[in-house]
Amino acid sequence: MEGLLEVLRSARKVAEQAEVFSASVRATTIQFEANELKQVQTRESSSSALRIFREGKMGFAIASGGGGWEALVDMAVETSQFGGPANFQFPSSQDYSKVRIFDPKIEKMAMERMVDIGKELIAKIKGHTPDILCDVQVTKGTSSVSLINSQGGEGGYDKSFFSLGLEGILVRDTDILWVDDSESSCRPGFIAIDALADRVIWQLEMAKKKATVSTKLLPIIFTPLGVASVLLSPLVLAFNSKTVLEGASPLKDKLGEQVFDKKLSLWDDATVAYGVGSYPFDDEGVPGQRLPLVVNGVVTNFLYDLQTAALAGTHSTGNGRRAGGGFPSPAISSLILGKGDISFQAMVKDMKEGLIVEEVIGAEQGNLLGGDFSGNVLLGYKVENGEIVGRVKDTMIAGNVYQVLKELLGIGQEARWVGGILQTPPLYCSRVSVTTKGS
Amino acid sequence: MTTLFAFIRVKGYNKGVRDLIVDALKGRGADYIEIHFEESQATSIVYRGEKLEEISKARNSGGNIRALVQGSWGFVSFNRPDGLREKVSLAVEEARLAGRESFKLFPTEPVADAVIPRLKQDATTIPLATKKELLDSYNDIMLSSSKIQSTRINYHDVKRRTIFANSEGSYIEQAKTDLSLRLTAIAREDNEIQQAGLSLGSNGEFSVMEELHEQARDIARRAAALLAAPQVKGGEYTVILDPILAGVFAHEAFGHLSESDHVYQNENLRQIMVLGKRFAGKHLNIIDDPTIPNLRGSYKYDDEGTPTRRTYLIREGILEGRLHSRETAAKMEERATGNARAINYLFPPIVRMSNTFIEPGNASFEEMLGDIEEGVYVKDWYGGTTTLEMFTFSAGEAYMIRRGRLAELLRPVVLTGNVFTTLQNIDAIGNDLEMNQGGGCGKGGQYPLPVSDGSPHIRIRHCVIGGR
Repeated sequence: MEGLLEVLRSARKVAEQAEVFSASVRATTIQFEANELKQVQTRESSSSALRIFREGKMGFAIASGGGGWEALVDMAVETSQFGGPANFQFPSSQDYSKVRIFDPKIEKMAMERMVDIGKELIAKIKGHTPDILCDVQVTKGTSSVSLINSQGGEGGYDKSFFSLGLEGILVRDTDILWVDDSESSCRPGFIAIDALADRVIWQLEMAKKKATVSTKLLPIIFTPLGVASVLLSPLVLAFNSKTVLEGASPLKDKLGEQVFDKKLSLWDDATVAYGVGSYPFDDEGVPGQRLPLVVNGVVTNFLYDLQTAALAGTHSTGNGRRAGGGFPSPAISSLILGKGDISFQAMVKDMKEGLIVEEVIGAEQGNLLGGDFSGNVLLGYKVENGEIVGRVKDTMIAGNVYQVLKELLGIGQEARWVGGILQTPPLYCSRVSVTTKGS
Repeated sequence: MTTLFAFIRVKGYNKGVRDLIVDALKGRGADYIEIHFEESQATSIVYRGEKLEEISKARNSGGNIRALVQGSWGFVSFNRPDGLREKVSLAVEEARLAGRESFKLFPTEPVADAVIPRLKQDATTIPLATKKELLDSYNDIMLSSSKIQSTRINYHDVKRRTIFANSEGSYIEQAKTDLSLRLTAIAREDNEIQQAGLSLGSNGEFSVMEELHEQARDIARRAAALLAAPQVKGGEYTVILDPILAGVFAHEAFGHLSESDHVYQNENLRQIMVLGKRFAGKHLNIIDDPTIPNLRGSYKYDDEGTPTRRTYLIREGILEGRLHSRETAAKMEERATGNARAINYLFPPIVRMSNTFIEPGNASFEEMLGDIEEGVYVKDWYGGTTTLEMFTFSAGEAYMIRRGRLAELLRPVVLTGNVFTTLQNIDAIGNDLEMNQGGGCGKGGQYPLPVSDGSPHIRIRHCVIGGR
C-alpha cells in the first residue's frame, strides 16, 4: 500500500484524477503428463497499473516485475495525450460487503499432498480404462489486490484458489478419444476427486462404442461442458456493454424483451461464496453483486464498467475487470444459469434420435457476434430411441445461439460448475444442424 | 533491485550477471539448471468503432529457473531477482518431488553469444503520435464505408531482451522485437451481422503497417458484401485454399502433430508418426524453419540455448522429421531442432513451431480451378484449432466454384477433417508461396507466440464443410 500511495501522490501533481491498482499472484501447479508427475511449477507475479485523467483525457501505464514504478507516471502522461475522454469519476470511499473468497487452509496444502491428489485421480481413471494417458493439473494459489484512487476510494482483499483438472487421451490406431473435466474453488476442501473421476469415467463409458449419424436437423442435449464449449462465448459477448454500445450486440435494443425461452434465467454473480470468480469489489473499486441478465427469458441487464456505464448514462454493475492487471474492461464474474425441472435421464429418454454434445472444437471461430456457432464435435454421443448408443466422429454441428435458446425442449434440474466460472444445468435444444462426412 | 536488468542493455558478454548466475547454480546436485532473465517494453493501441479504447505502455521484468533432477522438472518464476540462490533451491526441491527415470538432455555445445537484430525502422522507436495517426486513417476509411457498423483495431509492439544461462556454461543474450496488427470491419443490416478482417505482423519493422489504406477499404467492402451472401450447403467438396488458409492448415493440422511433446510419450501416436512413413503425394513438402531471416518466427537460439536449423517435417510426401526440445529429442533419440520456446518468463519452454510452410509446387491457380465441376474456394482465416487427429479451421471468405470458374461469394465457412486423410487428399500444389505473419500461436496456456506460416494455393478433394 505504501508504494501505491507514493505513485498516487506523484500522479496527482500532474493529473485531475488518478487510480493505482496493484495485484500479485503466487501459484503452485503440479503437472502430470501421460500419467506421470512431470513438472512442479511455482509462479510469482505482480503488477501495478496507473490510470490518470489529465486535461480531460485518459492515460494508462502498467509495470510488472521489479522495476518500472518510477516510469509509471511518465508513461501514463505520454499516453494521455492521445487517450479517450475522461468521462467519469473514480468511486469514492465505500463499505464493501464481505464475500468469502479466502480459505486459510490453502497455506497448509503441501506440495506432497497435491501430488497424492493427482495420483489418486489418475489411479481411479486407470482403474476403469488401463491404457488411458492422463494429463492432470493440481493448482493452489493465493492472490491479493489493492486499489486506491484520488477520490478517496480504497480497498484490498486476498483470495485463495485450488483447482484440479484432467485431460485423458486414448489412442487406438488412428482413432483418438479425448475426455476432460475439471473442478475449482477457493476452498481446497470443496474439490471432490471422486465426483470428477466419476464424470470422466462416464464419458469413457459412453464413448466405448461408436455410432454414426447422418446429415440432418437433430435435437441436441448440451451437457454443462457442452454449454460452456458452444453457447457461452456468444452470450458473454452479447451482454458485454461494449458490444451493446457500439450497436454490434443482437441484444442492444432488447432490454425488457422476451428474447429467450421463458424457462431460461441467467445471472452474473460476484457474491458466490468461495467462487473463483467472486470478489467484494471489481478492479475499479465498484462493489460486486448478483446481477440478473435474463429473467424468465426477458433480457434485464448488461455488464458495465465505469467507462461504458458513463457512455450509456447508467451505473457500473461492478464488472470492470483487468486481464493481467491491465486496462479495465467489462467482463463476467461467475455466470449462473437457472435450473429447470427435467432430469438428464428424462431428456435422453425423450429423444428418438439426437446428439449429446460435451465438447466442440472450432465453435468460437464463426460469427460470434451474430450468435452463430459451428464446429467439430470433439466429444459427443448419439441417442437412439431414448438410449445413448455411442460416440460420434467426423461430425459437425452448426446453429445460432438465439435460435437455439428461443425455444428449449427442457432445462436440466441439476446444475454444476464448469471451469469455476459457469454454473449450468444441461440444456435440451431442438433442431440443430448436424453435418457428417460421407452423406 | 533493477540493476540486474540494466546489464541487459550492455551489448555482448557481461561478466556481472554471468558471475551471479554461476554462483547461484553452484553445488546444487541437480542434473541440469537454467536461468532466464527478461525485460520488455510494450505499446498497445486498441480501437472499437470510432472510440480509441485503449492506448497504453507497459514495462515488464522478471525471470525464471528450471531445474532437472532425476527426470523431473521444477520451475520457479519471479519478478524480483533477489534471493536467487533460494529460488534455485525451491526449483530443485520441486523437481525432487517426482523422481522419475533419469535421462540425459540432448547435448548442445555451451555457447556465449549476443544476438541483437538490426531493424531499418524499429516499431518501438516510432512516436505514439505517428502510430495513432496511421491507425486513425485506417479506422476512418473502414467506418465511412457503406453498411459498416463498427470496427476493431488491435495494435501491439514489444521489444524484449533476454538472458539465458545454464549449468553447462551457456550464456546467451538476445533481443527481439515483435509487431502485430489486426483490422476488423463489422457490417450490419437489420439483424444480420458480418465481419471481415486483416491480420499482419513483423519482426518489429514498422513499414508493414504503413500504406494499408487500400486494404482497409477492401476489408470494409468484404464485410458489407457478406451480409447478402448465402450460406454454403454443408457437405463434402473439392476445395482450393488460398496461401493464408493453406498456411494455417500447415500449422494447425500438421505442424502441431509434429511437436514431439505430443508424440514422444504416447506409444500409439508414435506408431502413427513413424519417420519414413508416407503421408501424402510426392508433391508435398512441409518445413519449419526459424533460420529464415526477418520473419516473426525467426530466432538464432531457442529458449534452451539450442541453435536453430531448418527441419523438413514432410519431404516428398514422406514423414522426415519433427520438432524437438532437448528433452523430447533425447527421449526419441533424434536431434534437438531448436523449437523449445516460451512466450515469456512466466512459462517454461515447450515445443513450438517457428516459420512453418508448404513448399511451392508448379500448378497455377487457373489449372487448379480448371477441372472442378462444383467446389469451394476458401480464403483468409478467423483461426483454427486441432486435437491431433482432427482439425477445424475457419475461412474468412469463401466462393463457390462452378464449372472451373469462381462463382458467388459465400458466408464464412468452417472446414474440418481428419489430418491423415486430408493430407492424402491434397491433389495440387500451387507455385505462389506467400508467408502470413498475422496472429499468434497458442499452446499449453502460452499465447500469443510470434510465428509465421505460409503456403502456395493448394487443392483438397473430399473436404467437409459445415453449414446448414
